[in-house]
Amino acid sequence: MNNKSVLTRIKNWNLLLPVVSLLLVMAVNIIHDAAIGANPLSFFMITLRQTTGNGTILYGRIIDILNRGSEVAILAIGMTLVVSSSAGTDISVGSVMSLCASFCCMLLAGYGVSSTTTLAVPLIVGILGGIFIGVLCGMFNGTLVAYFHIQPMVATLILFSAARAIGLLLCNDLIVYVRNEAFGFFGGYIGVIPTAFVIAALCIIVTSLFLKKTAMGMYIQSVGINPKASRIAGLNSKRMIFMTYTVCGLFAGIAGIVAASRITSADSNNIGLYFEMDAILSVALGGNSLGGGKFSLAGSIIGAYTIQAITTTLYALGVSSTQAPVFKAIIVILIVAIQAPPLRAFFKRRSAAKQVKGAAV
Amino acid sequence: MEGNVVLTARGISMTFPGVKALSNVDFTLRKGEIHALMGENGAGKSTLIKCLTGINDFESGEIHVDGISGPVKNHSTKDAQEVGISTVYQEVNLCPNLSVAENLFIGREPMTKLHTIDRRSYNKRSQKIMDELGIAVDVTQNLENYSLAIQQMVAIARAVDMECKVLILDEPTSSLDDEEVEKLFTLMRALRDKGVGIIFVTHFLEQVYAVCDRITVLRDGQLVGEYPIAELPRVKLVAAMMGKNLDDLAEIQKESIENVEQKELEISAKGLSHTGTIKPFDIDIHKGEVVGIAGLLGSGRSELARAIYGADKANTGTLKVDGKEVKINQPIDAMNLGMGMLPDDRKAEGIIADLSVRENIILALQAKRGMFKQLSRAKQEEIADRYIDLVRIKTPNPETMVKQLSGGNQQKVILARWLATNPDFLILDEPTRGIDIGTKSEIQKLIVELASQGKSILFISSEISEMLRTCNRMAIMRDGEKVGELDHDLTQENVMKAIAGGEKEA
Repeated sequence: MNNKSVLTRIKNWNLLLPVVSLLLVMAVNIIHDAAIGANPLSFFMITLRQTTGNGTILYGRIIDILNRGSEVAILAIGMTLVVSSSAGTDISVGSVMSLCASFCCMLLAGYGVSSTTTLAVPLIVGILGGIFIGVLCGMFNGTLVAYFHIQPMVATLILFSAARAIGLLLCNDLIVYVRNEAFGFFGGYIGVIPTAFVIAALCIIVTSLFLKKTAMGMYIQSVGINPKASRIAGLNSKRMIFMTYTVCGLFAGIAGIVAASRITSADSNNIGLYFEMDAILSVALGGNSLGGGKFSLAGSIIGAYTIQAITTTLYALGVSSTQAPVFKAIIVILIVAIQAPPLRAFFKRRSAAKQVKGAAV
Repeated sequence: MEGNVVLTARGISMTFPGVKALSNVDFTLRKGEIHALMGENGAGKSTLIKCLTGINDFESGEIHVDGISGPVKNHSTKDAQEVGISTVYQEVNLCPNLSVAENLFIGREPMTKLHTIDRRSYNKRSQKIMDELGIAVDVTQNLENYSLAIQQMVAIARAVDMECKVLILDEPTSSLDDEEVEKLFTLMRALRDKGVGIIFVTHFLEQVYAVCDRITVLRDGQLVGEYPIAELPRVKLVAAMMGKNLDDLAEIQKESIENVEQKELEISAKGLSHTGTIKPFDIDIHKGEVVGIAGLLGSGRSELARAIYGADKANTGTLKVDGKEVKINQPIDAMNLGMGMLPDDRKAEGIIADLSVRENIILALQAKRGMFKQLSRAKQEEIADRYIDLVRIKTPNPETMVKQLSGGNQQKVILARWLATNPDFLILDEPTRGIDIGTKSEIQKLIVELASQGKSILFISSEISEMLRTCNRMAIMRDGEKVGELDHDLTQENVMKAIAGGEKEA
């Protein structure tokens, strides 16, 4: 280990490109700020700010990214496992988020009530109920993919289209408002820190511990690489795939609660809209193959926050929210391109050629 | 370039991470010759071939092909085909979900005037090609419906039909039975007479002497030499490949058969079957016994083993392990009863290609312990190191991805995986296929040694001689049915007779 130079170790670091991508986005901010004459480091500035209510909170672009990017980060955890085990994606997570939010708010407000300040059932019942629905959705997807051998895209297409509508049904076609301080907590702040970020961090830590302390990580990768061989070696390939979809549903549920709490309502039509795409993109930006097998959870998380960083940056640059997707697409193309194997091989060849030249001189 | 030379490679070098796969290798192929490329596992045969066919980018050296001026550098198998180099690999690389005809013409489909694929014409042409080669298939059926042997022959037919100047056959015979091998040889000789240069990679020495004109030997990525067949008798060839004289395989001694009779039963199957693959069979395997399964390819050898192990869940019958009746629904149930199975299709059912050697070795042991009882990293490394030493796996380090190893070393990794679980009953399905002689004898010795420790082995192999060397008893398979057993007078002749048919034996 010691005789390897720091440079080679950085070069061989599997998170190199995701991190570089994130740094690039930050660099854009710095350059922009410098160009308009503002403090170049204003991107990194974190200040304490009085809220309209009582307390003080942390404020700054980084805080905003960590706060707003949390739902996608939570979804990206589950998506990473799904992609690894089944070489497919769960495109229902955005809709399932919305369903979980609706179910949670319906429980809290009572069926047919469109706005409430008092809770019909204890808060914990509503929260767990919402998450439970997420788990059920995950189990449904998992059953279709693992036991009925339906292609993941098709299997999850069912809930992709249905879940949001079921949510509306549960809410009697209304947007249910739960204007309750306790419920607003999940989209608010713990002390000075955004709760959403704390929840995302907890999800990441628990999952990482699970992957580290059990053989789950190896099982999932093994099944993703070669399900037949894994079965012969004693793994239950189907059960592993079922499990990853269930976990993905669980995280969709958690993300749904956070999203609902942010706006203290269950807005079926908007909660989690297009989030499935961001979650899938996070996995890809993290340098993970969508063909399944080996995965890096850290990569996906960095990917998720990179996406939010791009969005925040665009707003900071003054790009309007309607045009933002265009610029977002351009940046994504660049990031994906620098990670693409042909380009990586190209740079490798070039640096090799340089070395040969150097040696000759 | 000399008049009759069709392909030359000069000074080819190639490095994989941590391994010098080829260093400065020369190779010459002449028109109308069958040229054997010999060497042990990891000697660089497959790597050289992949350099010729554009799968690997070699670092230095030049390749020249007859009729093409200047050095040829292929970047894909398609490039290679365009300069007239076609290949059939050790593991069949066709599309199992397409029909035989589609596989034959994939990438070069005949077109109608409307630029749509001319299905009728290619089905007809395909059937003609297959008929000419004497391969009995319905070309409109999906490839996956046919045995590995047939799939291999389709791959050869495809290469042959592309009117190649150079045909590379990489271990084409390892999944063929004798009759099929003979058919292939006839075809190879016919092609040779037409002027095609054939590179033949095989581990079967007899086959080299049966069909080849010339031999090139590689060892550890380096050229040992090129010899006309008459100048390199078998012993010298083996010596050249191993770099030493072979102390013969014959030294393996069988456990005395008499002892076995008193020993207890490990496995006792009654009327076990799996619909569509194997008819009901009975088999008893004692502790410390090596039982061979002999039969032609597709006679139900693997299927019998798979039914016991639960790889294909048995539909009927009862199975007793250690005297107790058990129910096996899936492999993990069998593993918990102390079984292990090395499957015959290494690529599809053996290795987890993208995982490291360490992970591949500990996988089954970890699966037995369960997901929540993870082996510590230190323990994993200790186990991996121990088995890398024990079965002598050639790998740069335990963290190397298993797909970067040569085929024989991959096989050893899977063997290590099962040894690590310390099984009482081990099924070895073609453990020596595509493996060099040195390793073959190591594996055979290991089998005998395991049996002497009281473990039971079910050994399946296409090479009767290697089963004769190791087995106490043999079950004979024919057409998906166990037709008898031989427990005395185990000779090549008797086994062949039994496989060929006649009366049912006791």
